[in-house]
Amino acid sequence: MTLHDLFLLWPATALVGTGLLLIGLDLLLREKRALPAVVLAGLAISLAGAITLWGVVEREGPQVGIFGTLRMDAFSLFFAYLFITATALVVLASEPVVRRLQRWQGEYYALVLFASSGMMLLASATELITLYIALELTALPLAALSAFGTDRRSREAGVKFLILSAFSSAVLLYGMVLVYAFTGTTHLDAIGRTVFQTPLDWSIPLGSWALLGGVVLIAAGFGFKISSVPFQMWVSDVYEGAPTPITAYLSVASKAAGFAALLRVFSTAFGLGALQEQWSLLFAGLSAASMTVGNLVAMAQNNIKRLLAYSTIAHAGYILVGVAAVSARAPDQATIGPAGVLFYLAGYTLTNLAAFFGVIAITAQIGGENIEDFAGLGRRSPLLALAITLSLVSLLGIPPTIGFWAKLYIFGSAVRTGLAWLAVVGVINSVLSAYYYLRIVRAMFFLPPKEDAPLRASPSVGTALAFSAGGVVFFGVLPFFLLRLAEIAARIAGSA
Amino acid sequence: MLTATVFLPLAGALVIALFLSRPKAIRWFAAGVAIVDFILSIVVFAGYERQAGGLQWVERVTGWVPSLKVEYFLGVDGLSATLVLLTGMLGLAAVFSSWSIQERVKEYFAWLLVLQTAVMGVFTALDFVLFFLFWELELVPMYFLIAIWGTGRKEYSAIKFLVFTITGSAFMLVALLVVFFSTGTFNMADLAGLTGQGLDASQLLLPARLVWAFFFIAFAVKLPLWPLHTWLPDAHTDAPTAVSVMLAGVLLKMGGYGLIRINASMFPQVTQDASLLLAVLGIVNILYGAMVVFRQQDMKRLIAYSSISHMGLVALGLSSLRGVGEQVSPVGLTGAALQMFTHGTITGLLFVMVGLVYERTHTRYIPDLGGLASKMPFIATVFVAGALASLGLPSTSGFVAELTTLIGTFPVWGVLTALGAIGIVLTAGYLLWLLQRSLFGPLPERWHHHPLTDATAVEKVAPALLTVAIFAVGLFPAVLTDTLRVGVEAIVQARFT
Repeated sequence: MTLHDLFLLWPATALVGTGLLLIGLDLLLREKRALPAVVLAGLAISLAGAITLWGVVEREGPQVGIFGTLRMDAFSLFFAYLFITATALVVLASEPVVRRLQRWQGEYYALVLFASSGMMLLASATELITLYIALELTALPLAALSAFGTDRRSREAGVKFLILSAFSSAVLLYGMVLVYAFTGTTHLDAIGRTVFQTPLDWSIPLGSWALLGGVVLIAAGFGFKISSVPFQMWVSDVYEGAPTPITAYLSVASKAAGFAALLRVFSTAFGLGALQEQWSLLFAGLSAASMTVGNLVAMAQNNIKRLLAYSTIAHAGYILVGVAAVSARAPDQATIGPAGVLFYLAGYTLTNLAAFFGVIAITAQIGGENIEDFAGLGRRSPLLALAITLSLVSLLGIPPTIGFWAKLYIFGSAVRTGLAWLAVVGVINSVLSAYYYLRIVRAMFFLPPKEDAPLRASPSVGTALAFSAGGVVFFGVLPFFLLRLAEIAARIAGSA
Repeated sequence: MLTATVFLPLAGALVIALFLSRPKAIRWFAAGVAIVDFILSIVVFAGYERQAGGLQWVERVTGWVPSLKVEYFLGVDGLSATLVLLTGMLGLAAVFSSWSIQERVKEYFAWLLVLQTAVMGVFTALDFVLFFLFWELELVPMYFLIAIWGTGRKEYSAIKFLVFTITGSAFMLVALLVVFFSTGTFNMADLAGLTGQGLDASQLLLPARLVWAFFFIAFAVKLPLWPLHTWLPDAHTDAPTAVSVMLAGVLLKMGGYGLIRINASMFPQVTQDASLLLAVLGIVNILYGAMVVFRQQDMKRLIAYSSISHMGLVALGLSSLRGVGEQVSPVGLTGAALQMFTHGTITGLLFVMVGLVYERTHTRYIPDLGGLASKMPFIATVFVAGALASLGLPSTSGFVAELTTLIGTFPVWGVLTALGAIGIVLTAGYLLWLLQRSLFGPLPERWHHHPLTDATAVEKVAPALLTVAIFAVGLFPAVLTDTLRVGVEAIVQARFT
């Protein structure tokens, strides 16, 4: 451990430290209102660290530390920004949920911060063991948070999440073991070199088959984290049962972290050599399956959280399009696929958070979570309805929202790398998704309200909603800033 | 200038949404915006230098989304300048025929103005992504306008409209991505050969015919061509009057415009190969549409099907691009473009008149009507004028457009064009029958003591405007055709010789 290592850990340790501080403060303070402010301060310190590191990375190139297990580059920092933003917004929107908790308010925030620090490490880990630990650091707090609600569904969600994430970690670990057995190292770049230098040989039963098996198992392990079909069965129950802010957090930050690790592993360790073709096809298949299953099942949902859960499965499918769009078939634009993934994740984070915040604002007052409960919202609270509509339009991919550009870019990357069929599947799926997104819009604007009392979001939820929905439109009109950032981040991931 | 023309309605919509609340203020403000925008569109059209030709009023900001080479790029040629004028005119007509809207006035006018921005954008955008952006933007206001302020099965019709169009645009999105990654540019002017070489079909990553077909599906839905037309009668029947006016008047033209600007200009070879398909689909539209009209008892549905019949002429005009021998004449395409303009004004007018009748009688069921001319002479007179224009009476613009299209197409597809001409006879039949059943003859008993009044001053604005346009173009077609021809001849010269 050198000072330099500590410097690299600045964004993550700021969060862990704030988390510990919160647990202490919770014991001392009688008035809990100060807690969210402390969380935001911790996030600000972490953000300052990320910005400082970005400057260093720009000047001196990627920084490697802690015995080569961590790498701070534009890719890790892009995700650091994303996690900080998502965490800040979720913390703001957690206010109505936390207020109802009798105890453990400090722990709630602390767990959120622990999870986000795990995500940051996950995005910067370049060694399999570190990556695995970061993954567990992410998953365990999230399991606890899923069980934070007061009813049975929430406890069930927590247990379900815990068991399935343990199961998927085991699968992932087994894949890592196979890769280690083949290459003799756990460092991603060393794995990459070995894989590249060893010609594939399919004639002996162990050998390339074992490596391919390892790759498939790692893909499956990540498949759970990003909730892609066929590893999606936990999603709907957990999303429905968990407290809504945590559902929102799971659906964006946890998924983004999974994609960060997935991209890092596959582009660094298996990004060169002949295997790329194989896993590209594997992800293309998963992508098409996720989109289609997610959208078809979402159509039948009536509970809004379950509906959005299946919608996130579909979106995992859209994002996988970018993972499948590998550089092998478009050497001149090697990073177009990863850049698409990062850009989509950023846009999707804002959009999906806005949608969930809308749900929080409504359920906090009505108590129901079904589509009928949204009836007449357009009259009861026009601004709230507008924000939700914007987020749904963005999920659907219609301008002037960020979702449009994200889909344009990611389907473009598929066309560019010879996966035009996948782009066709993607756009057809976007059309299918119109059905259930518009059902919500229809309920809000065309159905008569059950009662006429106007609805108001609490100030903190309102702020979070305004920020996320505002971002959806702002980046929908001026996407270039975000796109540029994503392209810089993706370039470095590709060359690693 | 174009930016102002395109975005003024949107700015107006924002002002209405944020600052205005009294219905009267909203109406007059919307009318003001529409009038100014109409004047701007006249300036764009009249200011287009015919001698110079090419792209004019160009506004270009590169580096909007640099990594995708997406630009903010607006400009008009002779074809789009005409359509901008049409949009300005019908936008104004739409606002003035919405005066009687009482429910949720604020949202209504805001959406109506957003719609106008979207359509203006489609006709002026020269960057493919920008074009697609406006194309998609148009869906949102249309969906709400039909689903909230419509009648009958309004939600069903709104969603049907949406699903058809969005499916078409899904195909278009893939096709335009293929074009981009094959050529590295989204510049529609370059791709269409207005500037630069035009798209080279041999560069494409996918077979040119497939890409052409993807675009074709998107535009055929919009035009609409049989068998993708089924959303149109529903949408028209259930939409409020002004939305029917916009739908028939300009939204269908987006399909025709796309076929000319993209299918014909970017893929001339495939378009020539597919010209038999275009001609046959055009004839099917003309005849099938006209025959279905005879069965309709609802006035709006009747005019909706007559729209389908009339839009067949656009496809027929396009099919003349096949040429005779090596010679491709621009006459057929000019006719098709002119047909788009005239159909916009004429059908727009007919929908306004149906709307006025409906507001007074609260029925569109033709057997319930009759003899209305005696109670409302102004409405009846203009209705007759519109119907006569629609059936192609000389001295109206309908005559000029149909004649030009048929003259242009006849040398290429003799027999088929002759079949298409039968459509004109059918049109005359059903329109005169409609007039006879609804406006003339004895006044049914139920209307005797009903206070049926003639149009008010505000209501007369839209009919007067459109009637003047119809006769102006009918008597002095050069007003329009000179500009149109500049645009169409440039396309034919660049891509078909």
